[in-house]
Amino acid sequence: VVLKIIKHYQEEGQGNEVVQGVLLGLVVDDRLEITNCFPFPQHTEDDADFDEVQYQMEMMRSLRHVNIDHLHVGWYQSTYYGSFVTRALLDSQFSYQHAIEESVVLIYDPIKTAQGSLSLKAYRLTPKLMEVCKEKDFSPEALKKANIAYENMFEEVPIVIKNSYLINVMLWELEKKSAVADRHELLSLASSNHLGKSLQLLMDRVDEMSQDIVKYNTYLRNVSKQQQQKHQYQQRRQQENIQRQSRGEAPLPEEDINKLFKPPQPPPRMESLLIAGQINTYCQNIKEFNAQNLGKLFMAQALQDYNN
Amino acid sequence: TPAGNAPPTAAPPPPAATVPPPAAPLSPALSGPFPGGRVVRLHPVVLASIVDSFERRNEGAARVIGTLLGTVDKHSVEVTNCFSVPHNESEDEVAVDMEFAKNMYELHKKVSPSEIILGWYATGHDITEHSVLIHEYYSREAHNPIHLTVDTSLQNSRMSIKAYVSAPMGVPGKTMGVMFTPLTVKYVYYDTERIGVDLIMKTCFSPNRVIGLSSDLQQVGSASARIQDTLTMVLQYAEDVLSGKVAADNTVGRFLMDLINQVPKISPEDFETMLNSNINDLLMVTYLANLTQSQIALNEKLLSL
Repeated sequence: VVLKIIKHYQEEGQGNEVVQGVLLGLVVDDRLEITNCFPFPQHTEDDADFDEVQYQMEMMRSLRHVNIDHLHVGWYQSTYYGSFVTRALLDSQFSYQHAIEESVVLIYDPIKTAQGSLSLKAYRLTPKLMEVCKEKDFSPEALKKANIAYENMFEEVPIVIKNSYLINVMLWELEKKSAVADRHELLSLASSNHLGKSLQLLMDRVDEMSQDIVKYNTYLRNVSKQQQQKHQYQQRRQQENIQRQSRGEAPLPEEDINKLFKPPQPPPRMESLLIAGQINTYCQNIKEFNAQNLGKLFMAQALQDYNN
Repeated sequence: TPAGNAPPTAAPPPPAATVPPPAAPLSPALSGPFPGGRVVRLHPVVLASIVDSFERRNEGAARVIGTLLGTVDKHSVEVTNCFSVPHNESEDEVAVDMEFAKNMYELHKKVSPSEIILGWYATGHDITEHSVLIHEYYSREAHNPIHLTVDTSLQNSRMSIKAYVSAPMGVPGKTMGVMFTPLTVKYVYYDTERIGVDLIMKTCFSPNRVIGLSSDLQQVGSASARIQDTLTMVLQYAEDVLSGKVAADNTVGRFLMDLINQVPKISPEDFETMLNSNINDLLMVTYLANLTQSQIALNEKLLSL
């Protein structure tokens, strides 16, 4: 599965596009075993009549003939510098998890992998988030009730790679015959390019976040302004009624305050939650990358001192 | 049977029917018989798929076959993908589900339109008579198809992986046969594939064949350990040559020169400044990242008041 995902990205997904595909496998005790996968073609405009569902069904039917597990257990996606916490991902994963309880999404980071170590992570939505998505109610009150912070939107599932004996034999064979890897990207000291791009993405997200916060603040201000107006209106009403009573007229009928002052719509909080989650992921990745680079720089320093 | 300067091939007894020459080529033409030294470049994902489909074979099936997909180049052929095809084999006859093969190829083309059918693979040790028939079928799909065998029965305690191309042989006008000439197999990797394979290979060393994905500093540590090992080997070689145990080899000597010259000559002060400024940059970025994280955490708390 690992090799197929790597190949798919390498051949079909250069640039900013994400490549996606389906994971097949089965559930054994408390483990989810992913035993195979197949890629999804890219979405292009001239394929308007391309039927995704049909492609999936055909693939799975054919795979069943050759005894490959044909149970859907999730999907995979590649990511660009770690930016995968989007509405689209949330929706897809929600529909998967709704249909199949154990499904996961595998996020493959090709740029991090090219730097020297395979970056593959599995995520699921937390049960709390599933509840909220089911209700489709993203107002602040609902989210407060469910007590969701950006940290408990996704839970990461640890991945373990397992090979059969025969595959091990094949790997030995491969190792004997192929040339030694001549590029040790992992030990390269150049980091500014990668860091620059990550920071750029981080800054964009922070901008979006601040805009979102401004929107929320305006909403709060509107709400409090409206409260004031309601209060004033009530007071005036009372005064008028008192005046009317002193003049001996019938008091004005009580009007429904709420119909006069419709409360403003609270903005949906899902976007800001996603942005916060994304910022968190970026920061985590940057810190990890930095830790590695600091290690390398200190090693270089030690070597230099030794030489002197 | 003449086979150029290659070791003797497995030449099967000529089948009853003659093998007709391939019809008009359906895919970009590979020039007729391969000149000696034609190379097949194989990606590891193909081998992994083949072994996996062998492990999932039906009860009683001795081997599995499937189609090889990839691209053609002027001097070589690159196999990048494959899928297995259900087939039944008995003493006298062989049946391959060709509809299935066609369907699968269509589906695969939707994802990778540049891959074409290059040939077919079979697990097992020998080339049998049935292979000839299957090969004949594949000649109709691809011009001059390649046949790949993966020896899953581990004869000679090795999983030998060989590639062949067929050529007609025999006395013209009388019994004709087919000869399979071997080709060189080279393994090629994309960079990311190399890294993936390196990781997967670690399961060879663990007792229950599982590994987790390691954390950041561990990776730096293991990469440095690898370089250290290779350096020790090179040093050992140099010592051996100096003490006369091993004859000196000029090409290796030249590589060693290149290696030593690659260490850049920088004055210690410049190096110190470079290192320090880099370290400062990284520390600042880490500080900013931590700041951002605490900022959004604070924001979250404020909103839920």
